[in-house]
Amino acid sequence: MSNETAPDATVSAASWGLRESATFDRPTIAAIQKAADTGIYDIRGWGAKRPLPHFDDLLFLGASMSRYPLEGYRERCGTDVVLGDRFAKYPLHLATPVTIAGMSFGALSGRAKEALGRGASEVGTSTTTGDGGMTPEERGQSKHLVYQYLPSRYGMNPDDLRKADAIEIVLGQGAKPGGGGMLLGQKISERVAGMRTLPQGIDQRSASRHPDWTGPDDLAIKIAELREITDWEKPVYVKVGATRTYYDVKLACHSGADVVVVDGMQGGTAATQDVFIEHVGIPTLAAIPQAVQALQELGLHRKVQLIVSGGIRNGADVAKAMALGADAVAIGSAALIALGDNDPRYAAEYEAIGSAAGFYDDFQDGRDPAGITTQDPELAQRFDPVEGGRRLANFLRVMTMEAQTIARACGKAHLQHLEPEDLVAISIEASAMARVPLAGTDWIPGRTGGL
Amino acid sequence: MTTPDVTFDLSTTPLRAVNEALHAPGLTGEFAIEHPAGGHSVAVGLDAPIKVDVHGHVGYYAAGMNQQAEVEIHGNAGTGVAENMMSGTVVVHGNASQSAGATAHGGLLVVEGDAAARCGISMKGADIVVGGDVGHSSAFMAQAGRLVVRGDAGEGLGDSIYETRIYVRGRVASLGADCVAKEMRAEHREELAGLLKAAGYTDDDLDSYTRYGSARSLYHFTAENKY
Repeated sequence: MSNETAPDATVSAASWGLRESATFDRPTIAAIQKAADTGIYDIRGWGAKRPLPHFDDLLFLGASMSRYPLEGYRERCGTDVVLGDRFAKYPLHLATPVTIAGMSFGALSGRAKEALGRGASEVGTSTTTGDGGMTPEERGQSKHLVYQYLPSRYGMNPDDLRKADAIEIVLGQGAKPGGGGMLLGQKISERVAGMRTLPQGIDQRSASRHPDWTGPDDLAIKIAELREITDWEKPVYVKVGATRTYYDVKLACHSGADVVVVDGMQGGTAATQDVFIEHVGIPTLAAIPQAVQALQELGLHRKVQLIVSGGIRNGADVAKAMALGADAVAIGSAALIALGDNDPRYAAEYEAIGSAAGFYDDFQDGRDPAGITTQDPELAQRFDPVEGGRRLANFLRVMTMEAQTIARACGKAHLQHLEPEDLVAISIEASAMARVPLAGTDWIPGRTGGL
Repeated sequence: MTTPDVTFDLSTTPLRAVNEALHAPGLTGEFAIEHPAGGHSVAVGLDAPIKVDVHGHVGYYAAGMNQQAEVEIHGNAGTGVAENMMSGTVVVHGNASQSAGATAHGGLLVVEGDAAARCGISMKGADIVVGGDVGHSSAFMAQAGRLVVRGDAGEGLGDSIYETRIYVRGRVASLGADCVAKEMRAEHREELAGLLKAAGYTDDDLDSYTRYGSARSLYHFTAENKY
């Protein structure tokens, strides 16, 4: 962060009658200046920062007369979810529908991965490996571990495939649908390099598509192969970045997916081009109804489970995603914050590396003062995986309880009983995307002509 | 060829039953699979020191993720034969379709005929010996291991290659980004001779081969990377 945005400068400029351009605002000017200085585009993590229609644009219709609420904390509201019971011998049965999204060892430290496992297991939910393979820390701590099968196939081996509780075939990521990965050399320690079969210290490129199949028909054969290798025991997820979600979900189901994961453009990333993060994909809110429509038309809604990710932050987001038709959600950035990422206690150190607590997004640099998105042994050592796990478990409990509170207010005895009828929108954009009426009307833009 | 201990007939036995039998704990011995009829996922996920002879053509991913086993395919193989192999041997006594040996970490894949596009794509440590030609984009993003081509190679050989070494006897239509011809030193001649011998080729003139590998100019991203 530069000091150009200091409040006194803003006040002075305004008092002089200067007017800031909405088109060339200060971040845009700074980006142009940086590109002109360096000749390289900005790479960062953290996901989209631009304002987008999101769950905050939806509200719940709590019960009054026409619906009957449940008593808070006394009447049961179930939270468990079964994932992958379409074909797999051993589907996952999670105590809460809030799962941990794929984040790689490499992008994260081993201790951070361990903490994710500790926190998730404490509340009975799953973690997901990420690009770079399975670490003993994560397998050891995660009661339910989803093993990602990625285009790079870094660290991919059948032994780990058999150790997993589910397999997630990754076709895309919300922050960069259609894009590959780039783990910069400064994060490639000896261990990370060894797991990825590459020399230490070089930039590691991940392919944008799978090397041995080229379309949905091939994906069906690939899924069958993975099932054969693992004796049809494990659920197979298919993860897509939200773009042409309706068609992608249909094709994933036709290919035999047990679970479809849809990651909206608010989803995070360890590192990719800023221009990609901000300009490719569709918002999570827009993706969910498309996915649900596809599942419903196939007669597979609730049979092929839908996991939604991309900017999930609290229990209200969980409840809203589920009311729109999701079976579960996955969190990434929120989980990192819960662990202690961007913690104000490291404010001075964030500033020393040109950032600030709450703004740090240069995960590719590997200099994370919180010791979470780094491979630097000294920085990583700062992070306590037991304490991090405790914090994450607390956060997951809070999210789950918040969602339950809302569900009870809507008269629901289980989170999965939430439905679109429980929601209204407070903006026309959100109403059109989420396909719920604008508050106080029965109007859904593009769908109904009423009021 | 010795008499197998067990023969499976895929025209009468479901694939699931065959693969399940081949996954049995502590398995040893020799097995034959007849009438594969181009079926997919034949003999995948093996993890035992067994021998499996497949008599006929196979579809996608035959012997995928093989560990320890010695698999011979007496016919042609479809896409992704021996994909992500970890160890053992897979021999195709015919041609292979695209992505043969994709992402394979170890073991030896021999294709006696031709292999199509993207042979050895993203390979991570296996050895692949192709008796005939390979198609375009072979060894694309190949990270480790060795690829030997006794015939010609198609366009874009070794594009974005990392540390894999490629030996080609015939013509190369074109090299991919960051792939260059390199000197054949004594250790490379020795390595090539060993690979050819392991694949059953002992009469090749080593001087007729050219070694290719990474110029390593893409190892660090800069604005000067032109690809």
